[in-house]
Amino acid sequence: MSRGRTQEAVFRVLMLLSLAVVTVSLVGIVAVVLVKGAPALSVEMLTRTPTAGYYMGGGGGILNAIVGSLLLAVSATVLAFFFSIAVATYLQPEFSSSRPANAVRTVLDLLWGIPSIVYGVICFVIMAFVGIGTSLLAGIAALTLLEIPIMTRVMDESMSTVIPELKVSAHVLGSNPAETAVNVVWKQAGPGILSAVLLAFGRGIGDAASILFTAGFTDFIPRSLLDSAAALPTMIFFLSTSPMPEVRGRAYAAAFVLLVLVLVVSVVSRLLTKRLSRYVVK
Amino acid sequence: MNPQIITRDLNVWIGKHHILKDVNVSAPRRKITVIMGPSGCGKTTLLKCFNRLIDLTESVKISGKVIVDGEDIFTPGVDVIAIRKKMGLLSQKPYPLPMSIYNNVAYGLRIHGTRDRSTLDDKVKHYLEAVGLWEEVNHRLKEPATALSIGQQQRLCLARGLAVEPEVILCDEPTSALDPVAAKKIEGLLVKLKADYTIILVTHVLRQAKKIADNVNFIYFGEIVEQGPAEGFFAHPRERLTQEYLYGDVGY
Amino acid sequence: MPTSTEKAPPPFRHAKAVLFRRALQLAAFVVCAFLFVVVAVLTYKAAFLLRHESLPDILFSSEWNPMRGRFGFFPIILGSIYVTGLAMLLAVPVSILSSIYIAEYVRGYGKHVLKSFIDVLAGIPSVVYGMCAILVLVPWVRDGVAPLFGVSSTGFCVFSAALVLAVMVFPIIISVCVDVFQAVPQETREASLAVGATKWQTTKLVVLRAALPGVFSAVLLGLGRAFGETIAVAMLVGNLPRVPRSLFDAGATLPSIIASTYGEMMSVPRYDSAMMLLALILILVVLLFNYLARLIKRNFEKTQLGEGA
Repeated sequence: MSRGRTQEAVFRVLMLLSLAVVTVSLVGIVAVVLVKGAPALSVEMLTRTPTAGYYMGGGGGILNAIVGSLLLAVSATVLAFFFSIAVATYLQPEFSSSRPANAVRTVLDLLWGIPSIVYGVICFVIMAFVGIGTSLLAGIAALTLLEIPIMTRVMDESMSTVIPELKVSAHVLGSNPAETAVNVVWKQAGPGILSAVLLAFGRGIGDAASILFTAGFTDFIPRSLLDSAAALPTMIFFLSTSPMPEVRGRAYAAAFVLLVLVLVVSVVSRLLTKRLSRYVVK
Repeated sequence: MNPQIITRDLNVWIGKHHILKDVNVSAPRRKITVIMGPSGCGKTTLLKCFNRLIDLTESVKISGKVIVDGEDIFTPGVDVIAIRKKMGLLSQKPYPLPMSIYNNVAYGLRIHGTRDRSTLDDKVKHYLEAVGLWEEVNHRLKEPATALSIGQQQRLCLARGLAVEPEVILCDEPTSALDPVAAKKIEGLLVKLKADYTIILVTHVLRQAKKIADNVNFIYFGEIVEQGPAEGFFAHPRERLTQEYLYGDVGY
Repeated sequence: MPTSTEKAPPPFRHAKAVLFRRALQLAAFVVCAFLFVVVAVLTYKAAFLLRHESLPDILFSSEWNPMRGRFGFFPIILGSIYVTGLAMLLAVPVSILSSIYIAEYVRGYGKHVLKSFIDVLAGIPSVVYGMCAILVLVPWVRDGVAPLFGVSSTGFCVFSAALVLAVMVFPIIISVCVDVFQAVPQETREASLAVGATKWQTTKLVVLRAALPGVFSAVLLGLGRAFGETIAVAMLVGNLPRVPRSLFDAGATLPSIIASTYGEMMSVPRYDSAMMLLALILILVVLLFNYLARLIKRNFEKTQLGEGA
């Protein structure tokens, strides 16, 4: 009997240790970013693009990356939204029987698992084939591909949990599946749909691999879809290993901005979903 | 006569809800004591107090005493494992452990230290026979317990509980998930087991209580309304509430 | 009740419904097509290289000389195995132990807080992980850990990449495992406790046992993620297409080498073809892991639903 108790005590310690390791490392990351990034932040950093001597330690800031990131992520999220809501609605039993729905879900699962760099590579190849080099357009395309499986999955889950009786009541009142979908299902699943969008946005804005080859990098704010675009993740990727401390400082600032953005989106998403769920019929 | 279990002014709160109010029951040895009442009025909670499974419930507060064989089982520092070993549990729905039929019965034996294979074999056979399952399963002991029918699973759970040699068997509406044939088997087993074990049976099935009870406690929304020997209870219920319940007007 | 005169139904209502349905089907079709497009493009581009060399030659050769058109994938495949393997070795026990603690030993509100905490942190971009590791881990490995083992290291090595990868994988495994543990019915635990088992015995012998397939699928999911992780690994592993001589030696993984050759690809012939082949192998492996994880999860759900019924 005492052997059992020592075993339990040992494992309790191991479990607490493991949990400590997890929490400390994850919190540590946030701490490092905040500690290193905060001193590098300044109004100039956030509102100006790099000047000519930037990489040698000259002036300027990361505005190119901030704007680029927003352009890329917002556009991709909007585009992905249209695809995702359509596919997620398709997956509901009113629009597809179980065999095609399961097939599509499997494909989505597989797409979800594809590393983002592959999306970047694919878009790069296609764009090169079409004659467009690194560009905002290519970056948006890659990010859209990345976001669609993530968004669709969460939307699908939300829509699936809409109480069937609601759909039946709408049907009984004479509404056809399309109208039911738009007026009832989408509203009921609203919080879930919102959280899907924010989740995908958070993922998209933080991704570097997909835009590495596609969006390229530039010191300027892109003026057209065919211009290259800098983004916060790529900026961090390229600048973290610079020999110049001032340049590295910008990487930290970019990391700070990016992390804050991602965390805020995540927290807001949770709060909003909870808030809006009050209006949902259970 | 020395009852095996006595509760004294037992009160249980779960969160803000006062589930059990000044409950005083006693369960004599080797008899079937029935606790009956409408659904949701604290019967399961009361049962959980006897084997201290109530400890697992969130935000629970208990006052009063539960005295088993002369000792209050809620005294701090008491050996909860030993108490639970003394109390066998048969739940409403059978919950076989995720292992083979053999291992389900052997589970309790193993955790209390029995390792010898032949001892385990003997005991498993013995308890499966005791619940009338041996003939049905002896050739497939290695199969997962979930392969059995629900009635068989319930008997398996009984065997599992008996294997640790308890003194009391706590039954929480053990036949409510079963068909009448399986239910009858369980009722028959309980009557047979009465000879060696004290049985506390929670039920809301009047027919069942009338058939096998020795003593009855009628609980209504956490309070004991009436209690006493079965014959008198069913033949001449004193309280109005009891009468209404027995004749179908109230609760269930 | 007065009968209302029937207003003419809104125009095109039926047509709109049909259009709606068609649009949904189209979207679903297009999205599915994406998968095939991805595989097709990669295969097409990789085929170019395969016309000049045989697949086994590429996979097992260690010679990496793009200028001469020699692409030996072996060191890269080995690098992937080392980095992913070490990362999982570190991540799995820690994640499972943490999950057990969160699911079984934390009461009430704390569970929800911890889970949300881990979910939020799962959203931290991999560049940020990479950057922090460069700041903190690399110097530590270079100056502290490697010398302990008598090896000199730049800090950009298999060990560093694996360590960071492990941290990135924690939230994935923990999140799924906690859900799986919570799905085990409370009554099953009670059944075990009722015969006098301790909480630990119940957790070890019953809960874990019931949740095993789910745990397995969580690990596979983590494995797929780890294998495919690009950016953080690219920032830490050194990106040398050479078999690492020790844990503290630089190496490369499939995704990291693709990421790090950005820019060089276009100038050397067959280089992009080699990259596509790497990408193809990469997604096939990752897809395999994810598919297995999915199969196990579905099987598990079927048996769990069958059990408590």
